[in-house]
Amino acid sequence: MNVGTATLRSGGALEAAISAGRFVLTAEITPPDAASADAVAARAGVLKGAVDAVNVTDGAGARAHMSAFAAAAVLARLGIEPVLQFTVRDRNRLALEGDLIGMSALGIPNLLCLHGDDVKAGDQPETKMVYDIDSRALMSLARQLRDEAVLPSGRKIDPAPRLFVGAADAPQDPKPDFAPKGIEAKIAAGADFFQTQFVYDVVMAKRYFGRLRDLGITERASFIVGVGPLLSVKQARWMNENLFGVSIPEPTIARIEGAADQKAEGRAICVELIQAFAEIPGIAGAHIMAPQQKADAIAAVAEAAAVRGRPRA
Amino acid sequence: MLAVRLWSVRNARLLERVYAVFEPLFAGLAPLWRRIGLDRAERPIAAAERTIKGLLFDCRMCGRCVLSSTGMSCPMNCPKTLRNGPCGGVRENGHCEVKPDMPCVWVKAWEGSTRMAGGDKIGMVQPPVDHRLKDSSSWLRIVRERADPVQSLTP
Repeated sequence: MNVGTATLRSGGALEAAISAGRFVLTAEITPPDAASADAVAARAGVLKGAVDAVNVTDGAGARAHMSAFAAAAVLARLGIEPVLQFTVRDRNRLALEGDLIGMSALGIPNLLCLHGDDVKAGDQPETKMVYDIDSRALMSLARQLRDEAVLPSGRKIDPAPRLFVGAADAPQDPKPDFAPKGIEAKIAAGADFFQTQFVYDVVMAKRYFGRLRDLGITERASFIVGVGPLLSVKQARWMNENLFGVSIPEPTIARIEGAADQKAEGRAICVELIQAFAEIPGIAGAHIMAPQQKADAIAAVAEAAAVRGRPRA
Repeated sequence: MLAVRLWSVRNARLLERVYAVFEPLFAGLAPLWRRIGLDRAERPIAAAERTIKGLLFDCRMCGRCVLSSTGMSCPMNCPKTLRNGPCGGVRENGHCEVKPDMPCVWVKAWEGSTRMAGGDKIGMVQPPVDHRLKDSSSWLRIVRERADPVQSLTP
């Protein structure tokens, strides 16, 4: 699947690497509670050169931090390619349209379209949720601005924004009658790539992406699989019980439980997962998230895995 | 209905007096509401509140009533739901820029407040709406708040 740069939609390095058939790594950071570009650099600097792009979360857990848009702009300035996460919870269509045009102007090529956590889960539950449009409509909007170079009103945008449009997915063990309608709908809406929830089960991933491949879906969009270094058995069990779509197999939990250094074992498992995913056809890369750890943990795992840039399976 | 809503503003002083009698009465029945159970009382009382205040003020049941501070003109009828004074779009005739046939809710609020004994309260800064409270009774909220000022934040 070697595509020339002329056909690229975003002009970004992430899309270029994926198009060139290279296994990619992305990471995730949360913008700081600090009105300082240095604070963003302190969080993400270690990821420069370690991954292909860095996601900035957007009010994750319905808590305010520095805006994802600002943090992504800072990353772009630092030479770290951002993936801007955008929820439809906090902005109406006018704000979203303006930001989609503006992000491209600021050198932010990647957009991950999300619904957003319910404000009741956050620290200001009295907030009004916007939901003027949904996350699929945001994908369609991004595609329209990019491909048709017009706003929904018909007004022209010149030049049009260049965007690589992403969506979220949560891989599950496919049942015999498995039909990925959600994924199909998101691709139809405009999704170019997917970043997934944490996957800790290689056998499940093989089955899931095998099915997607059989259905031709992995040819139409690129899948970057979510991974993360577990800190402890306690965290693993908490994730199993509380995080939507996450299922950490018992043998994995037992392995951490039996380790002298649970944190080191968690990292080792994460490295093995990334290496295993790099061998599975249909997987374009791994997305490393470590919400309760510093980015050093992500950089260490990325380096140890040593699969970034390898030809994809 | 606009005509009734405007009547309420013209009679803001009367309504202020009525409420001055009603509020302590209602709050004084707190033991009764508590015996029924505040959560069980919520639905019928909210329905009564919706009916009465809907008729008089075109109440939108924001759950945090500020009529006593806004000249008996409900700010939730402002198309921008502004709770701290008018926007910059008030027309010369005192009408709304969004709905040209409707007098500005805040022009009316100012008129109503000049008729009220406690009209100065229009100068108080109102906090942003707590969207969890939508469709809940603000009358019962007074009871809840007196009972437990912290817990009362959730409906």
